[in-house]
Amino acid sequence: MPEQPPPHEPERAVAGTGMGGAMDLGAREASTLEGAPGGPESTGPVALRSSAASGGRARSLWSDAWRDLRRNPVFLVSALVICFLVVIAIRPSLIAPGNPLTCDLARAQDGPAPGHPFGFDGQGCDVYTRTVHGARASVTVGVCATLGVALLGSVLGGLAGYFGGASDALLSRATDIFFAIPVVLGGLVLLSVVTSNTVWPVVGFIVLLGWPQIFRIARGSVIAAKQQDYVQAARALGASHSRILLRHIAPNAVAPVIVVATIALGTYIALEATLSYLGVGLKPPSVSWGIDISAASPYVRNAPHALLWPAGALAITVLAFIMLGDAVRDALDPRLR
Amino acid sequence: MGRYVARRLLQMIPVFFGATLLIFLMVNVMGDPIAGLCGERACDTATAAQLRRQFGLDQPLWQQYTTYMGNVFTGDFGSAFNGQPVTQLMASAFPVTIRLTVVAILFEIVIGIALGVVSGLRRGRPVDTSVLVLTLVVISVPTFVTGLLLQLLLGVQWAWIKPSVSPEASFGELIVPGLVLASVSLAYVTRLTRTSLAENQRSDYLRTAVAKGLPRRRIVVRHLLRNSLIPVVTFIGTDIGALMGGAIVTERIFNIHGVGYQLYQGILRQNTQTVVGFVTVLVLVFLVANLLVDLLYAVLDPRIRYA
Amino acid sequence: MLLEVRDLRVEFRTRDGVVHAVNGVTCEVDAGETLAVLGESGSGKSVTAQAIMGILDIPPGRIGGGQVLFRGTDLLTLKEEERRRIRGAEMAMIFQDSLSALNPVMTVGAQLGEMFTVHRGMSRKDARARAVELMDRVRIPAASQRVRDYPHQFSGGMRQRIMIAMALALEPALIIADEPTTALDVTVQAQVMDLLAELRSEYGMGLLLITHDLGVVADVADRIAVMYAGRIVESAPVHDIYKAPAHPYTRGLLDSIPRLDHKGRELYAIRGLPPNLQAIPPGCAFHPRCPLARDVCRKDVPPLYEVSGTRTSACHFWRECLDGRADS
Repeated sequence: MPEQPPPHEPERAVAGTGMGGAMDLGAREASTLEGAPGGPESTGPVALRSSAASGGRARSLWSDAWRDLRRNPVFLVSALVICFLVVIAIRPSLIAPGNPLTCDLARAQDGPAPGHPFGFDGQGCDVYTRTVHGARASVTVGVCATLGVALLGSVLGGLAGYFGGASDALLSRATDIFFAIPVVLGGLVLLSVVTSNTVWPVVGFIVLLGWPQIFRIARGSVIAAKQQDYVQAARALGASHSRILLRHIAPNAVAPVIVVATIALGTYIALEATLSYLGVGLKPPSVSWGIDISAASPYVRNAPHALLWPAGALAITVLAFIMLGDAVRDALDPRLR
Repeated sequence: MGRYVARRLLQMIPVFFGATLLIFLMVNVMGDPIAGLCGERACDTATAAQLRRQFGLDQPLWQQYTTYMGNVFTGDFGSAFNGQPVTQLMASAFPVTIRLTVVAILFEIVIGIALGVVSGLRRGRPVDTSVLVLTLVVISVPTFVTGLLLQLLLGVQWAWIKPSVSPEASFGELIVPGLVLASVSLAYVTRLTRTSLAENQRSDYLRTAVAKGLPRRRIVVRHLLRNSLIPVVTFIGTDIGALMGGAIVTERIFNIHGVGYQLYQGILRQNTQTVVGFVTVLVLVFLVANLLVDLLYAVLDPRIRYA
Repeated sequence: MLLEVRDLRVEFRTRDGVVHAVNGVTCEVDAGETLAVLGESGSGKSVTAQAIMGILDIPPGRIGGGQVLFRGTDLLTLKEEERRRIRGAEMAMIFQDSLSALNPVMTVGAQLGEMFTVHRGMSRKDARARAVELMDRVRIPAASQRVRDYPHQFSGGMRQRIMIAMALALEPALIIADEPTTALDVTVQAQVMDLLAELRSEYGMGLLLITHDLGVVADVADRIAVMYAGRIVESAPVHDIYKAPAHPYTRGLLDSIPRLDHKGRELYAIRGLPPNLQAIPPGCAFHPRCPLARDVCRKDVPPLYEVSGTRTSACHFWRECLDGRADS
């Protein structure tokens, strides 16, 4: 008798932990929403609600989600913050015309002065200019790493989930291996030899250790979608693999990937800053919040402002992306309201 | 149950070897270990070659790996290039990090679950909203920023604690660093507890408990919490490995001489044996913790036990 | 009278508006009597049961008005603690899906015994013994061993027996059974229903049976109340209703049962869909689907007409319906 309940899958319960540090966050957030056992919906009001909804116009998941998002102040605020960040990442000179590398040692650790609202850091650089220019590194790392991770993870995960078999088993074991390596340690080891001061080694490293997270999400949702009746029907009608994957499965499997990737973007930014703080991420003369926080920490007693401004900017940026991901998830998963 | 354990153990083996091999490769990419050994000036070729032979570095990589693993299983983690056995470093470093992790886990259990239960039982009320906002903020501020700020406030401005921890690293000294290490996970425990409570509150068996005329206290404790905390307990369990591996940042901020400190030194001095040895143990801790969590899961949830 | 429900109203506040789930339900159950509440899903029968039992989710639910008199006391005016003492002890409930309705991580023995430890203050050992007794009563084989098992280790029929045992534990005066056999295999349905009917008469309890299954009703019910859009539209002794329904909706339900002597004929179906409970049609809620509907049905909500001493119908044209002119 198939009366056995689907027990909580232990693998899912432990999925996404173990990388340690910031990169894990997206996966944890995902498990926060997936880990708990999903009790069947209570009978009364829910049944009523669905019958009530069936009376209205048919609504798709996406248009419904978009309607929710437009009314969600959390989404609007975080989207505004992110738009602002992207603009100043592209053209920092719009609001900070100075050069972040022009410093005057004579003014080192000075407090705010006319034209220098945030004061000066230990090298006598203008904290305001450096904080504004630091956005570029963070946004670039966040966006590029997320694109790379999402692309690699969802393509591999989608194919593994769809075709199954030996390659799926192999890739799934590979993700186990990557999850077992603490991420900050991996970063220290791999990036400590890199001398380049572009963002690309950091991006590459995050993609290398980050893809398993999206892989699991994508694989899981493709497997779930594959078993849906309409996919079986498409297959019975003789649709090709590529057509089934792209037309029938991908549109339905992509929502969880988007949610996790958005939240992960914030955590990648935090990870870049952490690695830069440890001295292996971006390196001077690059301008990055992590570098500035690290540089400011020894003399924090005398010039706390040099630490607080970049730290605040970093926190707000990460918060904006995590809140955006949270809002998108709430919109796409009405069950959790 | 026995088969379940056996299957889990078997699954661990390839992951263990895969992860250690990966680290082994990474460390070898890291650079020439000999170069670090001779200090600032370059080694002369003869000495370098002799050192290479001594450490087996002239052999192909896979052979170095198998030799190393063979030694590890006899308890020999090799020695740092200054001659100190790596196991000796571990003996001094691991107790410190374990104490730090214990403090962090206690914070997760006590504060994380308490906050999650409070907000989960009062969903939509002001308490719930403020707890949710608080967790989002904690999650968004990277650990190293939280650490530096707490150090600045508690250690420097108000002088409640010493800004850096002494080499003995007693439990008392580790309270604030433990909180910093736990902070992000703590926020996740809170959110997970809250979500889990919310889902279980809507469940049919809880409705049954109400229909049975049980007092609210009994419904919450015996039925709601017992079920809701299963995923939370497993999360905290798997977090043990993550916390120990992630302690490097906290240890650096508070100058704690634990695993992270030794690893950081090892990496700075390109000391391969130290790095590989410590990471191997961390991977092992992670895997064993996960295994224990799976077993605990089976104990807590009879549906797994009899599957 | 054991249970009297008067003009009960329940609504749910959702993000899309207010859902009127129960709109003035009036019914009664006497001691030793079985009342079957019949209706489609969404007709408000489960919500009515939950409101009587006092286990509605509030919010989003809200009692809009009415009375629930249990042995003459209005339960809706009692304090929560007083209601709690009644729940389980004086009135008990059997749920539809026994797998989700039983706590997955407690043994069935613990879940049964809980009734005795909480309401009767028994020791855990005595409670365990009573649990075994109860499982014997509902004919679960090897009860003394199975008392240590978890719900998922039982088959669906056995689990539903445990639900019944739990409801019977304290020998309540009233049992509310919400679709007790819907989730079971057809062969098991009859066994469980028979057991429930047998134990009901043995204990002399009142039974409020909620179902959408006309077959179940005919066998066990004394009276039937048919619900539509949150109202009871017809209430009558079971034989009267089967002989000649006094409401076109009841007639539609009866006509849509497949019957052997009608083999080969097209199966009857009530046209249209159940109403949206956020926008119940004005007048008689059934009028858009009713073959007898006239102008008055679109304007005036029909009151409960007294058809006979034991029958009521909420149809302006109950006479025509009773005469069998509904098919025209």
